[in-house]
Amino acid sequence: MPALWITGARIIDPAAGRDSVGDLFIRDGRMAASLPAAERRRARRIAGRGLVACPGLVDIHVHFREPGQTNKETIATGTRAAAAGGFTTVVCMPNTSPPADNAGTIQFIRDAVRRDAVVKVHPTGCITVGRQGQALAPIGSLKRAGVVAITDDGDCVQSNELMRRAVEYAKMFDLPVMDHCQDMSMTQGAVMNEGVVSTRLGLRGWPNAAEDLIVARNVILSTHTGAHIHLQHISSRHSVGILREAKGRGVKITAEATPHHIALTDAALASYDTNFKMNPPLRTEEDRRAIIAGLRDGTLDCIATDHAPHTGDDKDREFDHAANGITGLETALAVCLGALVREGRFKLPLLVDLMTRRPARILGLDAGTLADGSPADICLFDPGEKWRYDAKAGQSKSANSPWHGQTLTGRAKLTIVDGRVIFADGRIASG
Amino acid sequence: MPWTRKHLLTIEELSVAEIGQVHATAAAFKAILKRSVKKVPVLRGKTIVNLFLEPSTRTRMAFEMAAKRLSADVVAFDAASSSTQKGESLRDTAQNIQALNADMIVIRHSAAGSPLYLSKILDIPVINAGDGSHEHPTQGLLDTFTMIEHLGSLRGRKVVILGDILFSRVARSNIHALVKLGAAVTLVGPATLVPHGFTALGAEVSHDLKSALADADVVMLLRIQHERQSHAHFPSVGEYTGMFGLNRTRAAWLNPGAIIMHPGPINRGVEIDSDLADGTRSVILEQVANGIAVRMAVLYLCAGHQPEHVISSTR
Repeated sequence: MPALWITGARIIDPAAGRDSVGDLFIRDGRMAASLPAAERRRARRIAGRGLVACPGLVDIHVHFREPGQTNKETIATGTRAAAAGGFTTVVCMPNTSPPADNAGTIQFIRDAVRRDAVVKVHPTGCITVGRQGQALAPIGSLKRAGVVAITDDGDCVQSNELMRRAVEYAKMFDLPVMDHCQDMSMTQGAVMNEGVVSTRLGLRGWPNAAEDLIVARNVILSTHTGAHIHLQHISSRHSVGILREAKGRGVKITAEATPHHIALTDAALASYDTNFKMNPPLRTEEDRRAIIAGLRDGTLDCIATDHAPHTGDDKDREFDHAANGITGLETALAVCLGALVREGRFKLPLLVDLMTRRPARILGLDAGTLADGSPADICLFDPGEKWRYDAKAGQSKSANSPWHGQTLTGRAKLTIVDGRVIFADGRIASG
Repeated sequence: MPWTRKHLLTIEELSVAEIGQVHATAAAFKAILKRSVKKVPVLRGKTIVNLFLEPSTRTRMAFEMAAKRLSADVVAFDAASSSTQKGESLRDTAQNIQALNADMIVIRHSAAGSPLYLSKILDIPVINAGDGSHEHPTQGLLDTFTMIEHLGSLRGRKVVILGDILFSRVARSNIHALVKLGAAVTLVGPATLVPHGFTALGAEVSHDLKSALADADVVMLLRIQHERQSHAHFPSVGEYTGMFGLNRTRAAWLNPGAIIMHPGPINRGVEIDSDLADGTRSVILEQVANGIAVRMAVLYLCAGHQPEHVISSTR
């Protein structure tokens, strides 16, 4: 593998507090301070002028649908979508079919990753058997099989007792418990945010309170047990407030926000477009602003896409019956650049931090830094490139994106994993 | 201004002028319905499909009768014995109906937004006969038509809608129509079924029956929809009737000359006592009769005809 020499890029490495124009060197798959003269002559040079070079993006919340729903996505297509979006490390959710609630299924996923993935994939396992919320999954075996966290994502453990025991038990293995915060009793049949728009559209509403209750529950359980609970896709402004208070007194709790909750509101549902249907749902402008404020002040720890591919048929239905979820890996960077940097006036290094070092730190992943000797996982992106997103021409197997057909600004140009260029000039590198 | 609308999906999207056009056309058809020969040949040779994917008696019958009065052929799509039971998607069902050369489709569906969805798929007019808790535009049109017959202009009139507002498509369509026509709308019922979010639609929300009914010109009762509610919405039918049922004492709070309406089906003794439902102030059966004329007007206009043609032909 030849050495790589990225020249003249704006290097943003939040872990090192670096934001300056310079060169990056990669040798034997790892970051290097420099290259010996002989190697430098042979190195593959990559012109970084006008581009930002940062650690490869990290997404701790994706659905790759393998095993069981490979008509929607596979580890092969999902990781290619990740690469095209500048991501080099992703964490896949266990709501596969069958659910990843045992070491055998985790091994199946890891085998598929070894065979088919172009980026690094870390599996998670279920909290409960079959994601049924009734009995604890074999969490120790899951840990031994290589999961980086446990979650019943898509469902939420409703029993406070079971959740308490799950986090206590998982703490023994230093295994974070990720929770999809939803009180199911308050969201029966709900398909969108409860509010003025749901009232107008006659659709069943999913109130903020159903998230806030479980967020508060998890804050209380984390306080009580000292276990690390990570809250997935926070969407409610009140939840941000609860978290801010909890973090202020040192509760071991972390949280993520999605690009769509940062960029969109439930006003987008006026035409019943099912590509705006997801769970938790898009909320109000007040909620959106609170999420952005939470990311700015550190109440929310990172951005995660909740990349949730579905086939056209899954979405081409009555709104009530359409599947929840949207794809996100190929649009996340552009959407966040728009909503957070251009509109929200975030400094670019903060956005990079939210998409690299911070998510990696939550799960203890070896990613998110350009420090010497660390794995050479790099994203080179053009923050100003305007491009028309055609979801059907993307790398994901599915095209269920609310941004389909829109002109976005900011685009990943080159993605490097362990020193190997896996994506460049809009294409996945062959071989 | 000519009628240009191909579909009737919501009242929210109609202009005041369009509501007026439907009302004027309905008035002309109502005159025809009083003749000994009640049929006009304006939709002869056209086929209308009634795609009713949710149970309905009166709306379905009214649409069928309206179509037949216009000389159209009507085909009923029976949900219970149909392909949807075999897992066919709504898109496929609708495309099959269009492929059979139907000229118009009337849809009733439990999922809000389904008529809009169909209108984007099909080339033929789509008429919403009720979509989930969203809208029931022909009901709103016939209700306001009936009110205007009794009260004249609705500007400044006080209309109370009482009952299960949260799950009611009838309430939503009436709120939009009434607000556009200048009426003052007050929604009344238990807080669990009349949430404050409805003020965003231009209505007032009250949980006090007495003050709401005072000086009202119209009270419209809505059925308690057991089938759409969880047990958390109100304690019991008995308590509902005790708090919000319309009886003789409460009806006395209304304006003299006020009318009592109900879109049906009625739960006698629950939301309204029988003597009121059958009494002189009740216009419940007029609503049913007007439902034919209004639906004739909607089918006629959405088929591409202009209001003045029927009006001039019936003079």
